[in-house]
Amino acid sequence: MLALVRANARGCNVTATWRAHKIGAGFANPCYCQIHPTCIPAAGEHQAKLTLMSESLRNDGRIWVPRTQGDTRRPSEIPGQERYYFLEERYPRFGNLVPRDVASRNAKDVCDKGLGVGPTGYGVYLDFRNAIRDRGAEVIESRYGNLFEMYQRITDDDPRREPMRIYPAPHYTMGGLWVDYNLMTSLPGLFAIGEANFSDHGANRLGASSLMQCLADGYFIIPVTIADYISRHPHGEVTTDHPAFAEAEHVLRERTGRLLSIRGTRSTESFHRELGTLMTDHCGISRNEAGLQEALKTIPHIREAFWKDLTVNGSGAELNQSLEHAGRVADFLEFAELMCLDALTREESCGCHFREEHQTTDGEALRNDEEFAHVAIWEYTGEDRLPVLHKEPLHFEALPLARRDYKS
Amino acid sequence: MVRYEIDHISPDTSFLEMMDLLNERLTQQGDDPVAFDSDCREGVCGTCSMVSNGRPHGPSEGTTTCQLYMRQFPDDSTITIEPWRAGAFPVVRDLVVDRSAFDRIMQAGGYVTVHAGPKPDPNTMPIEPEVAELALDAATCIGCGACVAACPNGAAMLYTAAKVSHLGLLPQGRPERYTRVMNMVRQMETEGFGSCRNYGECEASCPKQISISFISRMNRDYIRATLVEPVDPRGTMDPQ
Repeated sequence: MLALVRANARGCNVTATWRAHKIGAGFANPCYCQIHPTCIPAAGEHQAKLTLMSESLRNDGRIWVPRTQGDTRRPSEIPGQERYYFLEERYPRFGNLVPRDVASRNAKDVCDKGLGVGPTGYGVYLDFRNAIRDRGAEVIESRYGNLFEMYQRITDDDPRREPMRIYPAPHYTMGGLWVDYNLMTSLPGLFAIGEANFSDHGANRLGASSLMQCLADGYFIIPVTIADYISRHPHGEVTTDHPAFAEAEHVLRERTGRLLSIRGTRSTESFHRELGTLMTDHCGISRNEAGLQEALKTIPHIREAFWKDLTVNGSGAELNQSLEHAGRVADFLEFAELMCLDALTREESCGCHFREEHQTTDGEALRNDEEFAHVAIWEYTGEDRLPVLHKEPLHFEALPLARRDYKS
Repeated sequence: MVRYEIDHISPDTSFLEMMDLLNERLTQQGDDPVAFDSDCREGVCGTCSMVSNGRPHGPSEGTTTCQLYMRQFPDDSTITIEPWRAGAFPVVRDLVVDRSAFDRIMQAGGYVTVHAGPKPDPNTMPIEPEVAELALDAATCIGCGACVAACPNGAAMLYTAAKVSHLGLLPQGRPERYTRVMNMVRQMETEGFGSCRNYGECEASCPKQISISFISRMNRDYIRATLVEPVDPRGTMDPQ
């Protein structure tokens, strides 16, 4: 995952989809990346990941920050009227249960205004005090006991006594390889399922729907469509003496050799961190034209520095995790540009994609269905050449398109 | 054995983040980093595998290495870190071992029959809550291999028993219940895992605290499978 710290597994990467894209598979909606509101905030810059706390916590937990900047009291000592329950005040009808993108943007907003809590100032409270008082400690424990325990294990704080601290973190990519209804990419014979494709979630995945996609793609669709494809394309015995195999092997060996021969001064991790910070700042919870332009200008410089000054120890002959990581980051450094380009081209706010230029007077997302009710599919055209944009229009038959409104 | 020194580690650093910091330092110095496996870093994927101070997954109960925090260790600690040690898990490099033997045990029987035609409606197969709970207790196995590393015999009984039980308890997995246990146990022995002597070290080291009573369950299924002529009930399933 392309961000400074994220909620995903450490090994998550774009390598397979990006390399498929480079040999002809269309990449759809690369800018759609969901930011999950309830993660445990960073403790320091070495942190490998932000652990996700289940969304269900928002059913009973109340999210707040102190009303005044620099309030250093323990949260339990801050009386009710001095607490800013910003989601409840801003969205009285939905309160703490607004969708993920809205909850994440509002948490960032109060932290940007200096009201955030914790050592970094980028955190908000998620408080179970009222729930425990109203429903009893036992009921709350039976609902969230395992999550409380997980939180306590990581932070050494007991959320039954003091509120949890949470902050949004990148969590899921709705974009991915373009596929048809059979889940085949634009490369004949290459299928992509689950998070690797773009198909089910649009711009804003809902809770539990990646499990839904897991079943839809993996249980209902792919066993039928892939078997059908294979039965229509008898291939005989697959061997490694096909010229395409020799070419792929050559490309890979050449690239591995290049990574190992730079012998510069900087670690892969330092480039990963530099790129992650850039993307979190300019292509994260909210985006704007100037920031995206800046990122598009900076990424090629980081990439150039990477290929000049990287250091990877060891060789390609044995297990070499540094070499593997370097290959991942090399792919991130190319993909990041496409992600920013897509975000820059989509001149509207839509689901997780919030462009600051496109908002209502009270700061909510403003879509532009006239021009952007489409899937953006990018075609790779070669190194140092701009990718070509193809648009697949979205038709809504059962329900008319309407604006999401959580305020009234 | 190699000795590394690393200081200024915050108590809020996780064990694997401490390893990341060590590796970054080693890389900067031009030394080879220490190879180790990890992925999800929240205790669900089963990839991390280290023995620290003699215990698989370290000193805390019911915890994977990635969920371990440095506040668990006093200042100025010397921590001895080893890979999983078992004949069936050859060391690939440093702390990385090859656990593909587990995959082959799964391939031998870790599957269920699925109709290729129309899918059945959900909730047409009622499952008693106690049975579902028991199956889920077995299904919490993340396949990390701590049970093997902890066992003086290097046995994979707890792992295999968890898989056999989780699938055999649920209606979807019942058709292959007895052929499964035969095939998985045979594969387990082929891979060179040892036999169970009821030491109980596996349960004590399991990050998911899976009970050794599943091993007795597997043994009962195994004995039944050897006494009764195996019948493949798939041929007699009701058409859906």
